[in-house]
Amino acid sequence: MNYTIALAGNPNSGKTTLFNELTGAKQHVGNWPGVTVDKKEGIYKKNKNIYIMDLPGTYSLSPYSEEEVIARNYIVNDRPDVVIDIVDGTNIERNLYLALQIIETGMPAVIAMNMMDEVEKSGNKIDCKKLSELLGIPVVPIVARNARGVDELMDAAVFAAESYKTPKFLQVFDENINSAIDAIADILEYEHSESGYSSAEISEYSDSQNLWKAIKIVENDQLVIDTLTENQKIAVEKIITETEQYADGDTEAKIADLRYKFISGLVKKTVIKSKTGHVETRSDKLDKILTNRILALPIFAVVMYILFACTFSENFLFIDGLPSPGVWLADVVETAWGALTDTVGELISGASPVVYSLVVDGIFEGIGAVIGFLPLILILYMLISILEDCGYMARIAFVMDRIFRKFGLSGKSFIPLLMGFGCGVPGIMATRTLDTEKDRTITTIVTTFMPCGAKIPIFAMFVSTFFATGNKTLITFSLYMLGIIVAIVVALLLNKFVYKSGTSNFVMELPRYRVPTFRSVIFHGWEKVKGFAVKAGTIIFLSTILIWSLSNFNVDSFNGVNAAENEDGSNLAEMDESFLASFGNAIAPVFKPLGFGEWKPAVGVVTGWIAKEMVVVTFAQLYDDDVTPEYLEGYFSKYDSVELEEFGFENGEYDPDEAFDIYSEVVLFEGADENALHTMKQDIKTDIAAYSYMVFNLLCMPCFAAVGAMRRELKTFRRTGGAVAIQMLTAYIVAFVIYQVGSFIA
Amino acid sequence: MTLRELNPGQEGIVTSIGQKGPLKKRIMDMGVTPGIKIKVIKVAPLGDPIEVNIRGYELSLRKTEAENITVKM
Repeated sequence: MNYTIALAGNPNSGKTTLFNELTGAKQHVGNWPGVTVDKKEGIYKKNKNIYIMDLPGTYSLSPYSEEEVIARNYIVNDRPDVVIDIVDGTNIERNLYLALQIIETGMPAVIAMNMMDEVEKSGNKIDCKKLSELLGIPVVPIVARNARGVDELMDAAVFAAESYKTPKFLQVFDENINSAIDAIADILEYEHSESGYSSAEISEYSDSQNLWKAIKIVENDQLVIDTLTENQKIAVEKIITETEQYADGDTEAKIADLRYKFISGLVKKTVIKSKTGHVETRSDKLDKILTNRILALPIFAVVMYILFACTFSENFLFIDGLPSPGVWLADVVETAWGALTDTVGELISGASPVVYSLVVDGIFEGIGAVIGFLPLILILYMLISILEDCGYMARIAFVMDRIFRKFGLSGKSFIPLLMGFGCGVPGIMATRTLDTEKDRTITTIVTTFMPCGAKIPIFAMFVSTFFATGNKTLITFSLYMLGIIVAIVVALLLNKFVYKSGTSNFVMELPRYRVPTFRSVIFHGWEKVKGFAVKAGTIIFLSTILIWSLSNFNVDSFNGVNAAENEDGSNLAEMDESFLASFGNAIAPVFKPLGFGEWKPAVGVVTGWIAKEMVVVTFAQLYDDDVTPEYLEGYFSKYDSVELEEFGFENGEYDPDEAFDIYSEVVLFEGADENALHTMKQDIKTDIAAYSYMVFNLLCMPCFAAVGAMRRELKTFRRTGGAVAIQMLTAYIVAFVIYQVGSFIA
Repeated sequence: MTLRELNPGQEGIVTSIGQKGPLKKRIMDMGVTPGIKIKVIKVAPLGDPIEVNIRGYELSLRKTEAENITVKM
């Protein structure tokens, strides 16, 4: 027999640990239609006929959050064969609240009483047998972390699925509410018999379903009430109003209260507490330090520094030249990919220039753009999952809430935004840790306003050429500040005009500190890497190929003119005659109000979408009057062989063939040549226009890799398109204001 | 008095939870129901939100949310 088992439970109850244990972490991650919540499905590793469905972690089945609606719709509409509810034994009262509601759905259910080792350690005892008798469903003690009791749990679940027994209706509510539930269930049943079902067809299941619906209707659950016919609505409305009067005007609250009262009764009968009252645990002591009034912010700063440094630092632990794990791994991957590209390049060196260029500059560059980010994502996400699993992430939100609430964001948004200074891709992927869809969407949009590592070469080149005599540091710093201010303003505006209905609250559990498991950390890092490569990879790859095609072909590529002119007989076009140049010409007027309405800067913006530092390389290619072979030779003649080797010349010998690449990717990236590319001043005439150009590149659509990551988090192309439109509009408006106001003052 | 007025370390018994609506339901779903003991553990370093202990676990709430919860000492 094939069975589907749904896993339900509170956040932090060990649900993911159990899921990984059951499935061996071989799983399929999809997303629920229309919402940004992952759906995880897996197959039980000990029986291929059993599907495990991981529901979102929830505290309740009320219709207030998307997670709760998803969890209950799955249980009630998709009807798994059995629901396993994971209960954290160390926090039994609140966890049983969800258990009661799962029993109310009438689905066969089993409780997995998790963290029994911690319960025992604390000296408490839970009588699972007694609890099982009182609840009418099996209660199996387990320790998900080391798989204790998991086989017994699965036996109980399979048995429950085979016998498919609806749990009995528990006496949770008072007389007033019970009679309302009965009356409404009667109305629902009457409709059933009217609709032509024979009495045999009105099974035990539909009875229990009616009971569940009736409870929800008494709770004034709009989603369930909306499924009723007009006649039913009129009939139930009277009952709802009457019940409400008896329940002090708030039946919902009364029901929540009664459920907790029932649970208190259960706990009294089944849990023996070793000590009374609140005892200070090791976790409490740790928390006293980590969220201490004076120490909390410095500790937070150190943790954030470590997070950032491990991922992006070139001088890790303040040791000059020591790469961080992230940078080291990225270098390894890039070197390996570069070697592979060279090998393939040599293999096909006999092929036509078009094929060669497509493979080396198009395909390999495109794939390279995807895999270059993987090490950063892996390292950052492993670190984030340590923070999540150990419980510090919730404290970050607790400590930072006060500041970020002012911008309509959550304290947890700090991490994606901070990471945005290194690279937007892992930053955007970190938005998944945020709690609401609103927070995730807004943070995703504003994270790329941060000046990431790839935007630095643009600033360096422009600042050295245009602001050589000014305060270079101040100019660069002002761009950093501008990125942050724009992010805040856009977040505020989105909050005010797009998400005006979404009131936020901060009723949040602060889970106990726990040592994260190695397995879960590796698993989360790997899951992110896979998700990025698969979901974002296509968009990055295709976009890179597209821009490559546009910049290498023109009309003459297809009528033989190029082939006749090119020495090697290929039909490739020079970049300044390519389709991209024509495109740049067409869109250039749009940028006129921003101070750079010429085609070359416009092309720079477009190639910047492949990778932001490409703006610099493109400029070197397009303003090549400045970078003649003679100029390069003169420039590098100042340096001795040791310095030349540092620049990247092999054996420290000047090589004219290498000179252009080294000049554009080393010298210009670092802004080391103040005389660089002076001809670009013909197109970008004033300092304020140069500043405006930097601002536009800082804020406009990020590179395709980041857009791919946005697509992964925002789920649909429509929402991704909307986010990109907001970014483009923001860039345009800010650059426009800066150029116009700046020019006016000057 | 309201939960907001309790100082860290002080305990109270919940008597009522504000106005009907999603926030009240959420707070009650988390276990804050009339008659239950609630203890303020600490205030966040920047002065808001606060951390309370209820039913054996730690919950954080903003001060504006704590204002809706009345308690007796």
